[in-house]
Amino acid sequence: MFDTIAQQLIIGLTNGMVFALVALGYTMVYGILEFINFAHGDVFMLAAFLALTLVGALDVTQQTPPGTLAALLLGIVVACALFAGGLNYAIDRVVYRPLRRAPKLAPLVSAIGVSFILQNVGLFWGGSAMAVFGGGGQAAAPKAFPDILPQTNLAASLFGVETKLTLLPKDLLVMGASVVIMAALYGLVRHTKLGKAMRATAQDPNAARLMGIDVDKVVGATFLIGGALAGVAAVVYSLYINTIHYQMGYQNGLYAFTAAVVGGIGNIPGAVLGGLVLGLVRAFSDQFIGAQWQPAVLFGILIVILVFRPAGLLGSTAREKV
Amino acid sequence: MLEVRDLHAAYGAILAVNGVTLDVRSGEIVTLIGANGAGKTTTLNCIAGLLKPKSGSVRFDGEDLARVPAHDIVRRGLVMAPEGRRVFPRMTVAENLEMGAFTRKDKDGIRADFERVYGLFPILLERAQQVAGTLSGGEQQMLAVGRAMMARPRLLLLDEPSLGLAPLIVKRIFEVIRTLNEAGTTILLVEQNARMALKTAHRGYVLETGQVTMVDDAARLLADARVQAAYLGE
Ligand SMILES: Nc1ncnc2c1ncn2[C@@H]1O[C@H](COP(=O)(O)OP(=O)(O)OP(=O)(O)O)[C@@H](O)[C@H]1O
Ligand SMILES: [Mg+2]
Repeated sequence: MFDTIAQQLIIGLTNGMVFALVALGYTMVYGILEFINFAHGDVFMLAAFLALTLVGALDVTQQTPPGTLAALLLGIVVACALFAGGLNYAIDRVVYRPLRRAPKLAPLVSAIGVSFILQNVGLFWGGSAMAVFGGGGQAAAPKAFPDILPQTNLAASLFGVETKLTLLPKDLLVMGASVVIMAALYGLVRHTKLGKAMRATAQDPNAARLMGIDVDKVVGATFLIGGALAGVAAVVYSLYINTIHYQMGYQNGLYAFTAAVVGGIGNIPGAVLGGLVLGLVRAFSDQFIGAQWQPAVLFGILIVILVFRPAGLLGSTAREKV
Repeated sequence: MLEVRDLHAAYGAILAVNGVTLDVRSGEIVTLIGANGAGKTTTLNCIAGLLKPKSGSVRFDGEDLARVPAHDIVRRGLVMAPEGRRVFPRMTVAENLEMGAFTRKDKDGIRADFERVYGLFPILLERAQQVAGTLSGGEQQMLAVGRAMMARPRLLLLDEPSLGLAPLIVKRIFEVIRTLNEAGTTILLVEQNARMALKTAHRGYVLETGQVTMVDDAARLLADARVQAAYLGE
């Protein structure tokens, strides 16, 4: 029993961290623009496609020596972060920025449009483009992401006792990478000049302008950072789930968005908490209730949370003085 | 220092400012008084770059500000403390003041200005680590003025700094305005409290439905029968 609970904790936390990384992109943009970037999940998807392409192109396998593997993996993470960050920035610059003063539905519908366009890009990329690197030419088919990390179970050696628990290097990688990135983001938002400008802009963009803050630049930086987080999340997800698909951005994006709302949309620690809650509820519901009931159980619980805390777990309902 | 010429501004079809011309010379305190909806805030927003005028010009130190974005106007030394305080509610008092100095890099100067603001408003030092959203209205107003000071403005626009404040705090705010001016800051002051504003300012403009109807020395406006009847309740 203890093993089972511990196992679900590991699964829940790792999944939750991935949701959290994606949720951060939704919540940061919402915090500043009060706008849901529906294309965010698809930026995540394309970054996963880039990761698979790079793994194929660089011929990374389980046989790659550990030192080289670590270096290549780091390179892939950085490349995917830059790619997703740049793509997200470009989408804002080209599509959303011209609509900044438009009625709210215009950017919303545009974001949904960009989401579909990116899915088509994924479809194309997953077809003939990917085939070059042996990723399989079936455009719409799910693609296997190879297990490139060692499959040694660390649980026994770590806890030194007989246990049925499985703890793989990739579990540690997911958690380690996520914690480091979230801590870095927190430090950035809390203490750097850019971070303070982001908070000020989120709280009152016109007042921020009067401080000399270039709001367009701050918004651009927010899309860049949010996209980069999705890029890292994509690599981590691919290594963890081992399957990617051109529609993976849709479902995961929706889950991550839900996590952001449950945590309190616009609130950075809230997105992390929401992601972890989502991951854990999912894992335990799969184990104790059955995977086929997951959506109903998961969203049932989330709705109950929202009924009692409509602004989300960390969202404040207190009205501020104006 | 500031030259506004034949300024027109509108919100959609509603004309809010209809040909305002005004000057502020270096070293002055100039006040802009007028009834609710006269167009005072609209005029200031055009000067600070938050609102694009329909026509007319705003020049600061001879430079036309038409193509200068709001965040760059601050860098030129023209700073506004907007109507309704607009402090950053989830940032601390100290962080709010720090945001005021956003465009500056001179660490020592910034530290000195922190001291200066805390000296003028000791309550802000006591509340330095409290988030601004939990301050009282008067404290928020002091913070808004202090935050604008942190930019080291050469020309400071103040939009109704005394609105809704207790008489003692109003007095304090006007004292600070005078102190700032004596220290070399030029001030354009929009006020509901016409009596205090005219007593503090050197010159005044009266704005009615988007147009300037009177310009004169503040003392003369204070003595003017029409001004007394319309704005001083006498
Ligand atoms: N955002 C807006 N949209 C539409 N109309 C506006 C807007 N802001 C102001 N107005 C209108 O423009 C006119 C001038 O408003 P403004 O805020 O400049 O007046 P004011 O002199 O500052 O008044 P108050 O003393 O009440 O602050 C008013 O008739 C007002 O209704
Ligand atoms: Mg006003």
